[in-house]
Amino acid sequence: MHLAYPAVLSALLFSTGLYGVLARRNAILVLMSVELMLNAVNLNLVAFDVWLSKAARETLHSGQALTLFTIAIAAAEIGIGLAIVLAVYRNRGTSDIDKLRDTAEGHESDGPGDATAAEKAEATA
Amino acid sequence: MILAAAASTALATPTADAAHRALTATAAGATHGFLSPTGVEIAFLLVGLVSFGAALVTVTTRQLVHAALWLVVTLGGLAVEYLLLTAEFIAWVQVLIYVGSVVVLLLFGLMLTKAPIGRSPDADSGNRWAALTVAVAAAAALVWVVVDAFRTTWIDLGGAAAGSTKVTGESLFQNWVLPFEALSVLLLAALVGAIVLSRKAKAETSPPPVNSRAGTGGSPSVPDSRNHPIEGKSPAEQEGAR
Repeated sequence: MHLAYPAVLSALLFSTGLYGVLARRNAILVLMSVELMLNAVNLNLVAFDVWLSKAARETLHSGQALTLFTIAIAAAEIGIGLAIVLAVYRNRGTSDIDKLRDTAEGHESDGPGDATAAEKAEATA
Repeated sequence: MILAAAASTALATPTADAAHRALTATAAGATHGFLSPTGVEIAFLLVGLVSFGAALVTVTTRQLVHAALWLVVTLGGLAVEYLLLTAEFIAWVQVLIYVGSVVVLLLFGLMLTKAPIGRSPDADSGNRWAALTVAVAAAAALVWVVVDAFRTTWIDLGGAAAGSTKVTGESLFQNWVLPFEALSVLLLAALVGAIVLSRKAKAETSPPPVNSRAGTGGSPSVPDSRNHPIEGKSPAEQEGAR
């Protein structure tokens, strides 16, 4: 098999994931695009490992071992990422990354829920 | 004098290199058949087209659940590509972990953040054209470099499989034992971190919020903005968050 086939497919998938990361607004869709980019890297690693394990003498199958490690790290990353997205959603009520502009918790005063909360605080105080 | 000789050598080197490369290309073309692809290449091309199309639909569709389901098609197509590259262990790991668990996690995340089921008009942000420009530029540069670099390189798929379970297991447990064990520690840390992140903060929600808010006074909206979205939450998430 020509090596250009898997390499070109990997480059195209990586660019697709790059577009998704830059253009999507929902945080979970951004995580899906990150998975696409990681899969492109995995395809590259496997293709080059298969090529080098036949062309070179001793490669330790490092490409496939690295692919397994990448898959495991991607699974850990998606778990942590979804936990962070859920915590942000619980605090702010949205997972829209265009609206998450401040790093401090509960500092946004333009939301309707916060306005009413401030009013209630004024009333009780 | 020496400079002129060096310059002539530098001038002569690219042509010699190009001639050598052309010779290699013709030799490779003679042995491999440049424009007569094998069956494996045709299958790889078709499955790759399906995967790439599904990936495009994943990043452009406006229905969030459909994006996750098209991601299944992309990841399954990549598993078939791994099988065509004779890396069967990686292919089954891909099916088990990505299609089996990552997509299910993503669907659970979409469900718990109450993603709209139908078409959502604001799935793409305003900088779509800048993102498209960057992605097309990256794709053009990567494809040009990769095609130019590996024009005369061929994968030999004959003989024993390069990624059977026996080969992968032997290399993993003979040469990669220490990273493997370190990875288990990483997975444990990720598990504990995910539990800590998704747990409800008991210490801040247990006191009555009115008194604490009147007592602190400095940051009045903190406990209430923390409490506010929880009221409308599904019982599944309260179960999961507990």
